[in-house]
Amino acid sequence: MTALARPRPTSTVSRVFEHRWLQYRRTFRASIFSSFLSPILFLTAMGIGLGSYVSDSAVDDIGGVSYLVFLAPGLLAATAMQSAAFEATFPIMGGLVWNKVFRAMFATPITARDITLGNLAWIAARLTMIATVFTLVMVAFGAAESPLVVLAVPAAVLTGMAFAAPIMAFSATQKTPNKFNAVFRFGITPLFLFSGTFFPLDSIPEGLRPLAWVTPLYHGADLSRALSLGTVLDDPVLAVIHVAVLAACVVAGTLAAFYTIERTLVRG
Amino acid sequence: MPETPSDPLIHARGLTKRFGEFTAVDAIDFDVAVGESFGFLGPNGAGKTSTMRMIGCTSPISDGTLQVMGMDPALHGPQIRARLGVVPQQDTLDTELTVRENLAIYGRYFGLSRAEVGRRADELLEFAQLTERANDRVEPLSGGMKRRLTIARSLINEPTLLLLDEPTTGLDPQARHLLWDRLYRLKQRGVTLVLTTHYMDEAEQLCDRLVVMDKARIVAEGSPRELIEHYSTREVTELRFAPGIAETLDGQLDGIAQRVEHLPDRILLYADDGEAAAVAVHQRGLKPETVLVRRSSLEDVFLRLTGRSLVD
Repeated sequence: MTALARPRPTSTVSRVFEHRWLQYRRTFRASIFSSFLSPILFLTAMGIGLGSYVSDSAVDDIGGVSYLVFLAPGLLAATAMQSAAFEATFPIMGGLVWNKVFRAMFATPITARDITLGNLAWIAARLTMIATVFTLVMVAFGAAESPLVVLAVPAAVLTGMAFAAPIMAFSATQKTPNKFNAVFRFGITPLFLFSGTFFPLDSIPEGLRPLAWVTPLYHGADLSRALSLGTVLDDPVLAVIHVAVLAACVVAGTLAAFYTIERTLVRG
Repeated sequence: MPETPSDPLIHARGLTKRFGEFTAVDAIDFDVAVGESFGFLGPNGAGKTSTMRMIGCTSPISDGTLQVMGMDPALHGPQIRARLGVVPQQDTLDTELTVRENLAIYGRYFGLSRAEVGRRADELLEFAQLTERANDRVEPLSGGMKRRLTIARSLINEPTLLLLDEPTTGLDPQARHLLWDRLYRLKQRGVTLVLTTHYMDEAEQLCDRLVVMDKARIVAEGSPRELIEHYSTREVTELRFAPGIAETLDGQLDGIAQRVEHLPDRILLYADDGEAAAVAVHQRGLKPETVLVRRSSLEDVFLRLTGRSLVD
């Protein structure tokens, strides 16, 4: 017998990533265009249009900056969340249920963990693209106050991953996309609206604020804003808490996804 | 190295698969030798796919022992899978990618270099007669073409063992014959084939040796010829009567054949001389609408073993 074709374990994850890239390549141009378009539209309509109605007295509540400057970093984090949620639902169902390409991978030396990590790595790469484009648009709009805004890109990616990992774990338990609507309607959309993206948390009733505290988007939006405004060093402990909460969601979600994806692949 | 030429490529003893209360595979024993073409024959739900998935190291065994290429799937799944080619029952092609991309990315899963993958993809496109469709997307291909692509894909790592789960189910006769031809060529090259099927003709064409499975158990084992000789007669005479007549024949066919089988739509007479049996039927004044004398097949073996036909 000749030498065993032993897989190199370090590269198995990258092969899953390579597959996602191959799939994405054909829609690359259209997707780059739309990832510029969306922040331009949002920042124009909400930041400049709606922002012109925000009174001077309200400006004090949002840190003494224009509404555009307040809104943009929150919207960056929220955009990362939405993109992550999308990437962690339908493509995962596609690979496990629709065209079953993850099952095809699972018949090769690729393991369920490789499939999980490869897909998470791909989502992180997609979020990096989206967040970078968004931040470039922010800077072009004059919506960033500090050069630290470059760190808002990894902050937004971390925010997205805090959603992607647990949602991926959930997606792997589903046989149809029916419940994905509920995830978006009752999860993603309310968070998008009430996690300090469009207005500071001080504006919502005090009893509801702890709710916002436990949602990852609040931490992501506040962290991105502190970086964009350059105020992060005013309260470094808070920034560390934000990162820790987001990282905890990523780790817990990844462990859950290891379990659910493997279980679904093994069940056949 | 974990195996020597005399060791079986697959070794199973008391192999069992349970899903909760349900036993899909109930303590089966079998060995598959290097270079052999081995089949699991049985109806849907007999446990064939569960067995294949255990051999393919994607489904852990519940009980018993299983060794594939001398290794334990529970410990060496990825190493075993590196040397397997798998053709699943349902296609798992990436329909958004082209034919060639499907082959290339699959080769990458095995850690092959891009250059090597490109070379092998071209060869396999030729083998699967898909060269002209290389840069087309998979989505609009016919069922037969998708199946050939799936088989080509399973060969990208030059596997020692090829697992085919119902390779031709759902294909038209022409597509099936083309696939059989390709599989026969692989067999000639010395690739060990393990396949499941519920088609007799497929088992007879492709398998050196097979086991008949029914209700999670192996009920017979041998070459197609041995099984037919052992469990059936040389010939079969099929009689079809007008509606309502067959039920009135009670006892009138006794003694004509070694065995008489009543099916819902026809009566089978098992005899070594089918023509003589047909003549005897007419001599007794019975008037079947059609009479067909044919050679015994694995279908008859299955009917004998289980009392049921394979394809309902």
